[in-house]
Amino acid sequence: MNVQATTQALPPSMMKTALYALTLMVLVMASTGDADAEDHVVTQSNMSFSTADLTVKVGDTVSFSNRDSMAHNVYSLSDAKTFDLGSSAPNTSKKVTLDQPGVVDVECALHPSMRMKIKVTQ
Amino acid sequence: MQPSMIPRLCVLSLFLVHAFSNAETTTAPTPPPHEWRLPDHVPYPDGNEPTPQRVELGRMLYFDKRLSRDGTTSCASCHDPAQGWSDGLATSRGLDGKTLPRASPTIINAAYNTIQMWDGRKASLEDQAMGPMDSPDEMATDFDKLMALLGRDATYRAAFQAAYPDAPIDKLLIAKAIASFERTVVARNAPFDRWLAGDVTAMTVQQQRGFQIFVDPNTGNCAVCHRAPLFTDNGFHNIGLSSFGREGADPGRFAHKPIAVLKGAFKTPTLRNIAETAPYFHDGSAATLMDVVEHYARGGDVKTHLSPNLKTGPLTQQDKDDLVAFMQALSSPIPAPISAASTRVSHLPVAGK
Repeated sequence: MNVQATTQALPPSMMKTALYALTLMVLVMASTGDADAEDHVVTQSNMSFSTADLTVKVGDTVSFSNRDSMAHNVYSLSDAKTFDLGSSAPNTSKKVTLDQPGVVDVECALHPSMRMKIKVTQ
Repeated sequence: MQPSMIPRLCVLSLFLVHAFSNAETTTAPTPPPHEWRLPDHVPYPDGNEPTPQRVELGRMLYFDKRLSRDGTTSCASCHDPAQGWSDGLATSRGLDGKTLPRASPTIINAAYNTIQMWDGRKASLEDQAMGPMDSPDEMATDFDKLMALLGRDATYRAAFQAAYPDAPIDKLLIAKAIASFERTVVARNAPFDRWLAGDVTAMTVQQQRGFQIFVDPNTGNCAVCHRAPLFTDNGFHNIGLSSFGREGADPGRFAHKPIAVLKGAFKTPTLRNIAETAPYFHDGSAATLMDVVEHYARGGDVKTHLSPNLKTGPLTQQDKDDLVAFMQALSSPIPAPISAASTRVSHLPVAGK
């Protein structure tokens, strides 16, 4: 968007309004993250993650959706991302944002046979 | 009542009697039996197929007290075949009679576990076998002394040569042999197994009722963790034992994986031959199977960090009696003397190997 070209043609009062609108837009974009960021859904069913390997970009999110009849957990102690999403009851979902490049080893603390890797690229 | 209805009512009552009596003796297992059948073949890792020679060497080592520093303790001291391959104590005794902090887990069907020890710090049977030998509180093995002993003992030299030809005798080889022996300690012929295989009389009606409560998520909900077919999810749960409320409580799995839900969490044990391995829980705090059922029925005692899967529905006294009766149907005779020929092994991936 060519902001300068647009604002030059406006009278001062409208320009002030436009600047407020622009500031608001920037704040909204900052709070919602990169507009290109993608949400990847991984399901937990039959005591497994739906994929063993996933590649995402920095800024993407991964939603873990528990489709099992028991509670699960999702955590990682990897250098690239350390997080603990806590317990997920059946039919609930929890999300994590991957904000650094690297390999993230993900596991269910309750059921350590449930493992997967997320490769986070630039 | 009209006379013409009498024969019809007689037929109906006979039908109902027949239906109910059949229901008591021929109830089909639910969920489908195949889910609960123990896999036919015992997994083993690359490079350690449990041949008869390896199993025999492992058996010799397993029962040999000279493996411990002071010659008083063998693997069998805490994993005794006569005590359900555990030791009958609330928590084990180590070197010099020291009381250890946890109960001795049975090694029955440990071959199938994807993770070993109460806190999961060992990945395979090979890793696990070295644990007590390396521990200064347990066997505290003097490996220099042990290697000298094994090297000069003609019987051991021949057994190692037969089991692992031309391989140097070292800690790894000892661990591999003991693990090979442990892979023969398999329980697969309980009344429950025979019932699953189609013998409808193998379990009593009460035991069959107990199984239904065991798997019902709205009542017993036991199978949420004691899952098919191993009666364990190879997972870790804080089950609300009162010992977790004490100062300096055993953190369990949390000591190795610092995740909140793992505070005071311990591995779900198998229930195979459970009637023979009292007392129960990692701290040995339950004397009987009924004590265990009562613990779950009241939802545990200390409820901080309780596993989110610990949810038992309302249980009547009859339900509790049925659950205990069912667990008593999980005991198999384990053949002795044990040999590789008596078990079925196959080369399948083992976690961590």
